[in-house]
Amino acid sequence: MPESGEGLPIRKHTVRSFDEELEHLTRQIVHMGALVERQVAEAIRALVERDGDTAARVVQQDDEVDELEEAIDQEAIRILATRQPMAIDLRMVAMALKISNDLERTSDYAVNIARRVQRLIEQPPLKPLVTIPRMAELVQLMIKDVLDAYVRRDAERALDVWRRDEEVDQYYNSLFRELLTYILEDPRRTSMCIDLLFIAKNLERIGDHATNIAEKIRYIVHGDLINRMSRDVKK
Amino acid sequence: MTAMDKARDGYTVTLGRAADPGSEFAARVKVEVEGLSFWYGGKQALFDVTMPIAERRVTALIGPSGCGKSTFLRCFNRMHDLYPGNRYAGRIVLHPDGIDIVSPKTDPMIPRLRIGMVFQKPNPFPKSIYENVAAGLRIRGIRDRALLDEQVEKSLRRAALWDEVKDRLDASAYDLSGGQQQRLCIARALAPEPEILLLDEPTSALDPIATAHIEELIDELRAEYTIVIVTHNMQQAARISQFTGFFHLGRLVEFGPTQQLFTRPRETMTQDYITGRFG
Ligand SMILES: Nc1ncnc2c1ncn2[C@@H]1O[C@H](COP(=O)(O)OP(=O)(O)OP(=O)(O)O)[C@@H](O)[C@H]1O
Ligand SMILES: [Mg+2]
Repeated sequence: MPESGEGLPIRKHTVRSFDEELEHLTRQIVHMGALVERQVAEAIRALVERDGDTAARVVQQDDEVDELEEAIDQEAIRILATRQPMAIDLRMVAMALKISNDLERTSDYAVNIARRVQRLIEQPPLKPLVTIPRMAELVQLMIKDVLDAYVRRDAERALDVWRRDEEVDQYYNSLFRELLTYILEDPRRTSMCIDLLFIAKNLERIGDHATNIAEKIRYIVHGDLINRMSRDVKK
Repeated sequence: MTAMDKARDGYTVTLGRAADPGSEFAARVKVEVEGLSFWYGGKQALFDVTMPIAERRVTALIGPSGCGKSTFLRCFNRMHDLYPGNRYAGRIVLHPDGIDIVSPKTDPMIPRLRIGMVFQKPNPFPKSIYENVAAGLRIRGIRDRALLDEQVEKSLRRAALWDEVKDRLDASAYDLSGGQQQRLCIARALAPEPEILLLDEPTSALDPIATAHIEELIDELRAEYTIVIVTHNMQQAARISQFTGFFHLGRLVEFGPTQQLFTRPRETMTQDYITGRFG
């Protein structure tokens, strides 16, 4: 497995089947990540292009993601029980359990967005969307990059994703104000604005999960804090 | 050998990063091993080993077969003196009195009386079960039968053997199974209540239940004793010890708090070993 940053270099296990199991687990996470990344992208496309079919497809994929999460968790538990991994192996397997959960949550948010899109497109558009697609693009890139960082075990790249979360939060806050103004101007638009507000909130939460995954990658590589970046890298 | 944070305050040694006072990682040093080397005749088996042994803590020693773990333990009670040509360099300082165990000036009986040892292979005396356990007490001049009885029973109970032998204490120790003999040796080492207990793979011949009993015993004993245990079972080392030293080819490669050593070792060689990526 490639290694970067200050982590210790990794050789093959004496027991080859253990390497195969870890590689399989990693591949499953990557597979689940790709699926979820696509779900988010399609949910956004459905929103921008007002495409009900795409939105429906996003909703349908939910089951597949749930099944993958289950498979990953079962496999990780089995490895813990049968191999009793230590050090880097232990960190990888334990974090697979956590990352699968972050991905599953991300998928739920994408589904949530898609459901709101299905409702939104039954009404005429509010006005051309500008901020939400931009925010969505940022979040999508975070997911893509964090999955990349996972495959490469690249703590630096993960840190870079982690730093971008602040920008997502700023987008969310300005969107919140913008949509609130619309509601005040034209109360008949309230329910539509609330849907958009929830979509923005879902995007913001997706950004949070990408950030969580970034923290897990850092832990896999360095083995220090699991749920936050260590203090010395704080912005 | 890695640098370790070692903040000194009298006998207190704080090992690992930012150990809180009162935590498992702030301990007094019971034994200081300083630059210890050892030669079997012309063959050097230990190279400049420096490590503290924390008082009332369990220190685990791990490393591949032949790396010198047993050799290291045997230095503590001067076992190697029994063969001519063996040679020590460096010091093993026993606190609080500061005696250097391996100094030729030190009477080897001193460490032998203060340090109990259980060997890798069970080595009961060719005597009864009872006499095996009582032996160390008799050496110390205890003659009172009631006191001997009491201490023998207590030690056998602690070693999780009492129920299996209480009806045949006068039978030969050789009639016991391998695992029972090992527990008998543990009872024998415990009976005189030594300051330090050295255990060389004490559970390698035991079934899971007896192993669990011994692990529980070790955990209990550390309230009063300083314990060093050699084990090939990584999970066992991780479960029962507070500090761990990893040996390779007669050298101490890494020493630190157990949790750190097993979750994020500093040395690649340690990681390769504990994760099963060795040679
Ligand atoms: N009596 C002896 N004379 C000469 N060399 C010895 C003697 N005992 C051990 N050695 C050598 O010293 C080295 C360390 O042996 P030691 O028994 O200390 O290893 P160990 O770490 O306890 O191994 P294991 O895990 O197999 O018990 C080995 O190379 C061994 O061959
Ligand atoms: Mg040995």
